[in-house]
Amino acid sequence: MLRLPKFAYHTPKDAVEAVRIAKQYGKEAMYVAGGTDLYPNMKRRHQTPQQVISLRDVPELHSMEVLPDGRLQIGAMVTLTTLEHYPHLLAHYKGFAHAVREISTPLLRNMGTIGGNLLLDTRCTYYDQSHEWRESIDYCMKKDGAICWVAPGSPRCWAVQSSDTVPVVCAMEAEIEFADEGGLRTLKADDLYQDDGIQYLTKKPEELLTKITLPAPGNWKASYLKLRRRDTYDFPVLGVGACLWFAEDGTIEKANVRLGGIGSYAMPATATEKLLVGKKLTDELIADAGAAAMKPARTMDNTDLDVYWRKKVAPIYVARALKACL
Amino acid sequence: MVLDDPGLKHGAASPQARSDAPWQHDKNKDELEHIGKPIRKVDARSKVSGLTQYADDLTMPRMLHMKLLRSTMAHAELAHIDTSKAAEVPGVKGILTGKDMPMPFGILPVSQDEHALCPDHVRFVGDPIVAIAATEEEIAWDACRLVEVDYRELRTIGGVHEAAANEEPRLHDYGVRGNIHRLENLEFGDLADGFERADHIREDTFWFEGNTHLPLEQHASLAHFDKDGKLTIWSSTQTPHYLHRALARVLHPLPANRIRVIATPHGGGFGGKSDPFNHEICAAKMSMLTGRPVKVVLTREEVFWCHRGRHPVLMRSKIGVSKTGRITALDFHSFLDGGAYGSYGTASTFYTGALQTVTYAVENYHFRGARFFTNKAPCGPKRGHGTVQPRFALEVQLDKVACDLGIDPAKLRLDNLAPRESVTANYLRIGSMGLGACIEKVVEGSGWHERRGKKEVTKDGRIRGLGLACSSYLSGAGLPIYWNGMPHSGVQLQLDRSGLCTVFCGSTDIGQGSDSVLGWIVGEVLGINPLDIKVVTGDTDLTPVDLGSYSSRVTVMTGNAAMQAAERAREIVAKGVAKKIEVPASRLVFAEGRVFDAEDPETGMTFMEAVGIAEAQLGTIGTVGSYTPPKSAAKFRGGGVGPSPSYSYSATVVEVEVDPETGIYRVPKVWMAHDIGRALNPAIAMGQIEGSIYMGLGEAMMEEMAYRDRSHKGQRIFLHKIPSMLEYKSPSTLEMPDCVTYMIEDPDKNGPFGAKEVGQGPLLPIMPAVANAVFDAVDVRVDENPISCEKVFAAIQAKNEGKDARFGPALDATGIPDVDFGESLRIKTPWQGGDGTASNAPSRTKKAKK
Repeated sequence: MLRLPKFAYHTPKDAVEAVRIAKQYGKEAMYVAGGTDLYPNMKRRHQTPQQVISLRDVPELHSMEVLPDGRLQIGAMVTLTTLEHYPHLLAHYKGFAHAVREISTPLLRNMGTIGGNLLLDTRCTYYDQSHEWRESIDYCMKKDGAICWVAPGSPRCWAVQSSDTVPVVCAMEAEIEFADEGGLRTLKADDLYQDDGIQYLTKKPEELLTKITLPAPGNWKASYLKLRRRDTYDFPVLGVGACLWFAEDGTIEKANVRLGGIGSYAMPATATEKLLVGKKLTDELIADAGAAAMKPARTMDNTDLDVYWRKKVAPIYVARALKACL
Repeated sequence: MVLDDPGLKHGAASPQARSDAPWQHDKNKDELEHIGKPIRKVDARSKVSGLTQYADDLTMPRMLHMKLLRSTMAHAELAHIDTSKAAEVPGVKGILTGKDMPMPFGILPVSQDEHALCPDHVRFVGDPIVAIAATEEEIAWDACRLVEVDYRELRTIGGVHEAAANEEPRLHDYGVRGNIHRLENLEFGDLADGFERADHIREDTFWFEGNTHLPLEQHASLAHFDKDGKLTIWSSTQTPHYLHRALARVLHPLPANRIRVIATPHGGGFGGKSDPFNHEICAAKMSMLTGRPVKVVLTREEVFWCHRGRHPVLMRSKIGVSKTGRITALDFHSFLDGGAYGSYGTASTFYTGALQTVTYAVENYHFRGARFFTNKAPCGPKRGHGTVQPRFALEVQLDKVACDLGIDPAKLRLDNLAPRESVTANYLRIGSMGLGACIEKVVEGSGWHERRGKKEVTKDGRIRGLGLACSSYLSGAGLPIYWNGMPHSGVQLQLDRSGLCTVFCGSTDIGQGSDSVLGWIVGEVLGINPLDIKVVTGDTDLTPVDLGSYSSRVTVMTGNAAMQAAERAREIVAKGVAKKIEVPASRLVFAEGRVFDAEDPETGMTFMEAVGIAEAQLGTIGTVGSYTPPKSAAKFRGGGVGPSPSYSYSATVVEVEVDPETGIYRVPKVWMAHDIGRALNPAIAMGQIEGSIYMGLGEAMMEEMAYRDRSHKGQRIFLHKIPSMLEYKSPSTLEMPDCVTYMIEDPDKNGPFGAKEVGQGPLLPIMPAVANAVFDAVDVRVDENPISCEKVFAAIQAKNEGKDARFGPALDATGIPDVDFGESLRIKTPWQGGDGTASNAPSRTKKAKK
């Protein structure tokens, strides 16, 4: 049944108040930004907060500015639509802007926010189902059940990292700022996530994501390439985020490649990264670096499309994402 | 949509009427006034402005909301159901279980195997067990969660191979044996001789996965049993007449004449709302129990569970052809995964063997079909009912034959065309036949000869390919669902002095425009604006019986009935006017809202005045019309499925661009030609063609009614993979290609103004054309539908590894289940001197040993 359960709705006017309410209600509370992830999940009873804290009226979360050092700071409540049309982003952050545009539909992007997308719940074919369906499989460990149907012998949950922006912001080494009672703290994007379908975030529940800061434009180039069945609105079954730092002669100084839609976090393609560093991006290197991503692409039966096929095309997509950094 | 395409010519140059055509009705009119014009639908503005009241928009005072508790087990006996906790929930007003409605029902008289609520046996995840009505939907849902059901699990039967291998446990205690629901074995002509004379024989195995209708509107019903003891149900049904019959059966002793079924405007049917459903019957019974109106709206998941969609079908086809590609023999096996209930399955089984002969002349033909019961949501009719899967097999196989013989696939088909005005090997009577013209159109439009086999590479490295396929579909089933001698469609017409003309007909507009068809036809005959005509349909209290919106029957059948009623009305009005203005009735013209003398157009009057004059002279004006299809040529048992007043024809060329590295492909353009007989309204007909292309591409590229089948520590879960709009993959606007649509107008003598069907036929050739186009691009065969990117990739890999460049079910004996079909029913073909009867009488039980 697609109706929201009952809940209380809070509208704090600043971050301090928001954090205070979250702290006060503990496990009963959840923040809501655009609501495009939370509300459908609540309708399916995946998440059932009795206290929902809206961030709409928190002014500092809506800001967007280029810092004096050239970095771009984006408030968590900035909508994806605003971002995808922001000229500075289109000019200097093409890979990131592309990832934003690949998220769902224009309608969803009108409501969805960058903060919400960074914290998107992990997804799974055994989890993103109606209550009645989950009743029929006796649920799963991510919610109400005991086992993970993706790998019944495994002690952990294998739900999939499904945000389009996460692989690319991790690759770009963006920084993410949080507020809680103790004040502000900043994390490297990579450090916000961990490889567990349930505890996929390292932050405390009451910690409020306030801002994301993208590195200043420079000698690097990022790209994002998304694999899915329909380009209109499907979640990724593979999202390759790549970022390469080039020396003046074109030699790659540093390489970050993250695979989304494979594990419960944006997984680094370490062998690919190693191959790239110290070399120039030739067709041959691109092919080799792509092939090296076959091993980490341990696809499982938790998304749309065939497991084997997803593994086989991962190297091709990694290679194409690297090519887009040229 | 290419409105100005040169292929689309209609309007001024009306096709020549044949002397035997009943639709050549008004010799005084030079040109058709409304027919063939792109006028808007009678209900268009309410629909696009959001004012149409669908079933879910209806509400009544004191209305209760009903939810169904559905089985969470794929296969189980119900040991015990305890509803006591649910009954205590404040707001709960009524609870029903299987024992409250013990009478089984089903759409076909031969398979009355469903219960409104399962009394003791559940057969798929989603089978309903308990109905609860409460003051709020949430309360009913919460109360359902408090019902305790004690299941005794039974072994799950998961597909055709599993059903064939396991006679026990049986899903039903009827059918042929074990879990075989139907077995058909029909042999027309001399197969041995046909294969003997063949220069080339090939045998292929195909798999067509099931898929569902995916209507945007979820099923909904509102039932009200009033204080006078009369029951009214508003429901999103395509077949109010059949629902009426099912309600009368299950709600016995409530007589049928106290039950009123009103079909509400439709937000999509496609065959999925053609069965009487559990929720409809439960809502009615619940209203009788509580004395309050009861509403039920299914969730999206429940719509998937109602299903009645495309059967998964495994097929083996053996074809024999001469050196020049003429078909000498066809031996076709189909194995249908029917799901949990009979539904239309008996007809579906026959349909997998019926129409192969209608496109191409098949000299000798053997069809064997088996339908199995499995623990899946029941399959039934979806757009193209039962003929879609074998069409995929045949059209891909013909492409392979053409390839084997080095013949152009278009020529191979042109050389094999079934002749017009002929009777096929299986005794289907073909009238008009425009398939040749269809093929020529798409071949020309697509640049087939110049572009096929060229393997052009796009800027992004994809390889282009073109594929061609053809099809045929019926314009209405020749026989009703239940045996009777009454008309298939009735129309009643009322005229009065205000100039009002109201058409009453039991038909249901499911979006295809059947209400508008009634308006256009009556408007044409009476010479009045179709948009001034009131159309009342789908109400069993008010409208004469029409069997429903299925099998593309409505335009032909209600159209003919409406024409008869309108001609009778015109006769009455003409009689009155003739007397008044003193000219012979035969000289009167009904056009432009006037009735006038053909020889002196100034002498005449408005239609309103004319009706008033006739009413004064002859009394209140009302007429009726009805239609019954012509008798079938087939007299053998099983010959009842396939005959139709006329057959439509389609040919398509599909262009694909395949990424050879990943198997991902897109479809940039489709050319479709459809032999429609006559387009009553070219804009609406084109909408049906483009809708078919869209739906066909969904089936070809991605749609799958797939099941999750996992076991863990002895527990097997077996249920629909992902019953949601997001994850049941269906194409969006981005996947919709440019369409070039051609209408071939070759009027058929059995259609109103020569019209034939258009709603289903153009879907059929899309899937095989996609498969053939993929082959043209990357030289691999995908003998399975959907032709998903994973399968294309796997076939490319096989090719690269030097293996058979194919993806599909095994070609050897393991590919199909081992089923004893028993002795065939042998029927001599017309050219063998046959008369449509069988020459033997095999044992009807078919309990042959395995």
